[in-house]
Amino acid sequence: MFYRETGQFKTNYADDMAVFPILQDRLGIALILAVAFVLIPLTGSNFLLSSVMIPFLVFSLASIGLNILTGYTGLISLGTGAFMGVGAYACYKLTTLFPEVNIVVWIVASGFFSSLVGVLFGLPSLRIKGFYLAVATLAAQFFLQWCFTRIPWLYNYNTSGAIEVGQRTLFGIDVTGPKASLEARYMVLLTLVTVLTWVASNLMHGRIGRSFMAVRDMDIAAELMGIDLLKTKLLAFAVSSFYAGVAGAAMMFLWYGGGEANDAFNINQSFLILFMVIIGGLGSMIGSFFGAAFISMLPTMLKFGLPALGIPLAGATAEHLTYILVGALIIFFLIVEPHGLARLWQIGKQKLRMWPFPY
Amino acid sequence: MDILFKVLIDPFLQMGAMPDLFVQTIWDGFVTGVLYALIALGFVLIFKASGVFNFAQGIMVVFAGLTLVGLYEMGLPAPLAVLVTLGVMFVLAVAIERVVLRPLVNQPDIILFMATFGITYFLIGLGELIFGGNPKQMITDQLFLPRGAIEVKMLGGFVQFQKIDIAAAVIAVVMIVALAVFFQKTRIGRALRAVADSHKAALSVGISLNQIWVIVWFTAGIVALVTGIMWGARSDVSFGLQVIALKALPVLILGGFTSVPGAIVGGLIIGIGEKLGEFYWGPLVGGGIESWLAYCIALGFLLFRPQGLFGDKIIERI
Amino acid sequence: MSATDHSIRKGEVLLAVDQVSLSFGGVKAITDVSFDIRKGEIRAIIGPNGAGKTSMLNVINGFYHPQQGRITFKGQTRSKMRPSVAASQGIARTFQNVALFKGMSTLDNIMSGRTLKMNSNFFWQCLRHGPAMAEEIRHREFVEDIIDFLEIQAIRKVPVGKLPYGLQKRVELGRALAMEPDLLLLDEPMAGMNLEEKEDMSRFIIDVNTQYGTTIALIEHDMGVVMDLSDRVVVLEYGRKLADGTPDEVKADQNVIDAYLGVAH
Repeated sequence: MFYRETGQFKTNYADDMAVFPILQDRLGIALILAVAFVLIPLTGSNFLLSSVMIPFLVFSLASIGLNILTGYTGLISLGTGAFMGVGAYACYKLTTLFPEVNIVVWIVASGFFSSLVGVLFGLPSLRIKGFYLAVATLAAQFFLQWCFTRIPWLYNYNTSGAIEVGQRTLFGIDVTGPKASLEARYMVLLTLVTVLTWVASNLMHGRIGRSFMAVRDMDIAAELMGIDLLKTKLLAFAVSSFYAGVAGAAMMFLWYGGGEANDAFNINQSFLILFMVIIGGLGSMIGSFFGAAFISMLPTMLKFGLPALGIPLAGATAEHLTYILVGALIIFFLIVEPHGLARLWQIGKQKLRMWPFPY
Repeated sequence: MDILFKVLIDPFLQMGAMPDLFVQTIWDGFVTGVLYALIALGFVLIFKASGVFNFAQGIMVVFAGLTLVGLYEMGLPAPLAVLVTLGVMFVLAVAIERVVLRPLVNQPDIILFMATFGITYFLIGLGELIFGGNPKQMITDQLFLPRGAIEVKMLGGFVQFQKIDIAAAVIAVVMIVALAVFFQKTRIGRALRAVADSHKAALSVGISLNQIWVIVWFTAGIVALVTGIMWGARSDVSFGLQVIALKALPVLILGGFTSVPGAIVGGLIIGIGEKLGEFYWGPLVGGGIESWLAYCIALGFLLFRPQGLFGDKIIERI
Repeated sequence: MSATDHSIRKGEVLLAVDQVSLSFGGVKAITDVSFDIRKGEIRAIIGPNGAGKTSMLNVINGFYHPQQGRITFKGQTRSKMRPSVAASQGIARTFQNVALFKGMSTLDNIMSGRTLKMNSNFFWQCLRHGPAMAEEIRHREFVEDIIDFLEIQAIRKVPVGKLPYGLQKRVELGRALAMEPDLLLLDEPMAGMNLEEKEDMSRFIIDVNTQYGTTIALIEHDMGVVMDLSDRVVVLEYGRKLADGTPDEVKADQNVIDAYLGVAH
């Protein structure tokens, strides 16, 4: 009843081409942004910020990146974790070499380094397709991971072999390092995610997004229409890796506050982000958020949810059960809706539009 | 110049200077390659018959090995434990067909691929929940597998052949021959090949897809058990093997996803190439290149032959 | 159309195929075929199944590279060319098995045909404002004209994967038209259609030819349609050229009659 576009006529093409053509959608987005920017930082507990929101936002960014590559362009990558790592290490090097430049600038700039590496490993994509490409991206994953641990220059010859996040400020407020408040880190991250989501959405709604999807749906036809396959695929790798890189830098500097590559940027991380993209919905922006929310919050929910239901959990057993449940849920969701949570969302919206009639 | 010498000439001089060491490295690579090939083989079986890129094959290896050792530790005699493990693998095949494959039939490949990720996670959790997460010792003696090593004097030195490695190679050969006969000569084998070519056409001539899938996944389960025993005997049985099991993927790239001979040759190339690379070139860059060398060999190879070692040249039609 | 019409409309040569041979391994798909397509005409390529018609189109737009022979398009001769380059020179096509972008809407499919004409830079694309938006609107207007022309307004925002076959063919024609081609290659535009849909499609083809002046080369099995639509016909059999001429000439050709009706050996 409330979700209806009846009576909302478009009188020019610009209105019709808006990302959210329906008034109710625009209101919804405004509400979500208001909650995220105002309500959560003001009232959210430390637990909500540190264990729920910050991981969710970091993973959303990485999911959007992988979704651009896999969902929109149809190129499967199992190297997202490594590309995130490139971003994190680039950011670390940049901020140690030029500490006076603002850290937020470096977090964004590190995405470009990740882009470069992504393009390099994307080069084979012209000749290799499908699962073969997926395996090829594993080369990136393992090679880069090896670099992270074997090239001491990358971690500034720290004896720990890990990234150590120093204290950096923005407008005089600590945003990284041990003294930075959760709220400050959250706000910086949220701003980054909001802006970058907007940019990704813009790209995907225009010429570039269309050529990505054309390559995904029918690469031969796309080529016969004048879309240069190599350029398009490399651009997809560049954009995707940029997002992964920023996500990786944000993960290290705004979430973990330092750490080692083999923990943060390993193959499991790559798989996890692929899960998010597929469970959320391939080729859907909002799906990336759904997937990130689902997968990043699942272990937390199980950890605190199961004891609440009266199922007592010891540490190791909890971990094993989480594995089983994650596995089972992945299969369950694939069976219920192979097109992901985003499709469920669409079906829900369609039902709302028709309500109270069934169809 | 110095670096060129170290990369291009020095390793070969080393090989010539100590040929016994060279033979030893090749042998080690060969055995590793056989084990990669066995994992790849299980994968190829499933891919051929159901078009599923079965990411869980590596985990099935660990799971089978873990079940075997776990059952033995629970007090079952070794031969019985093997039988029960086979039973478990059969139940697993039926369950996967019922719960995962059947509802997902006709979905895009990537969805089925992701479903096998789900299976992977599920099996890791289940295995650790039942048998614990600690590495276990394979029950080598109880399965009448040989221990110890033969030292052969050759090329001015000694080369060590572990008996278990020789056994692994022999068993692998026997199993591959058996599978080949099974595929080529039996009625079920013919049905399998028909399903591999086209699901719809196979259905239309009265082949039961569900039955075929159970058989294939069970066969892959048997291969997994054998691989698990062999691998477990060389190191130990733990889920740490899963990362190594990923090495089957570059093997598949080399050999092609649907070729059994390809899986074997690819496995040997990767196994030997990786050991030689690590031993002779690894020290130049600080070692540990084993973790990615296989992928880079495969990647370089793909650029020149995208269809794999034994694939036909792809003609794109429109 | 009468025979006199045909001779009037023959213009200069737009595309010439000169002694082209193509083989896959040992299989010869095309052997030593030459013909030309003139500006403004509708040129049909006919022949039995496996005659090499689709391979011929693939050669023309650069998807297959012939082992021998030359292609001259707009006065430029080439033997090898990437498909995307052929597209940028003004060759568009539709496919025998509909090759639409299934995950995209009708509108996006046709818009993607405008890709080559769009050039706003990456920065503005990121913002989707200024030049990028202006360009997007400009091309949307062009695409809306095509949508009106093909009478597919109602399915503008429907994902093409959900459309019936006849409409998919129409959308595919729209996508090719959006490229504003000089030469439009149609590979069996009416395959699998009922009579009514064939009539619609014939009307669109003639309208494209007369309104936009687009040169068209088409492959079709329905002889009635071919004879009515085309100015000149080339007949292929087993990869060789059998006959070439106006529909009436071809119809009377003994070789063609033998190929289609069979001949007692």
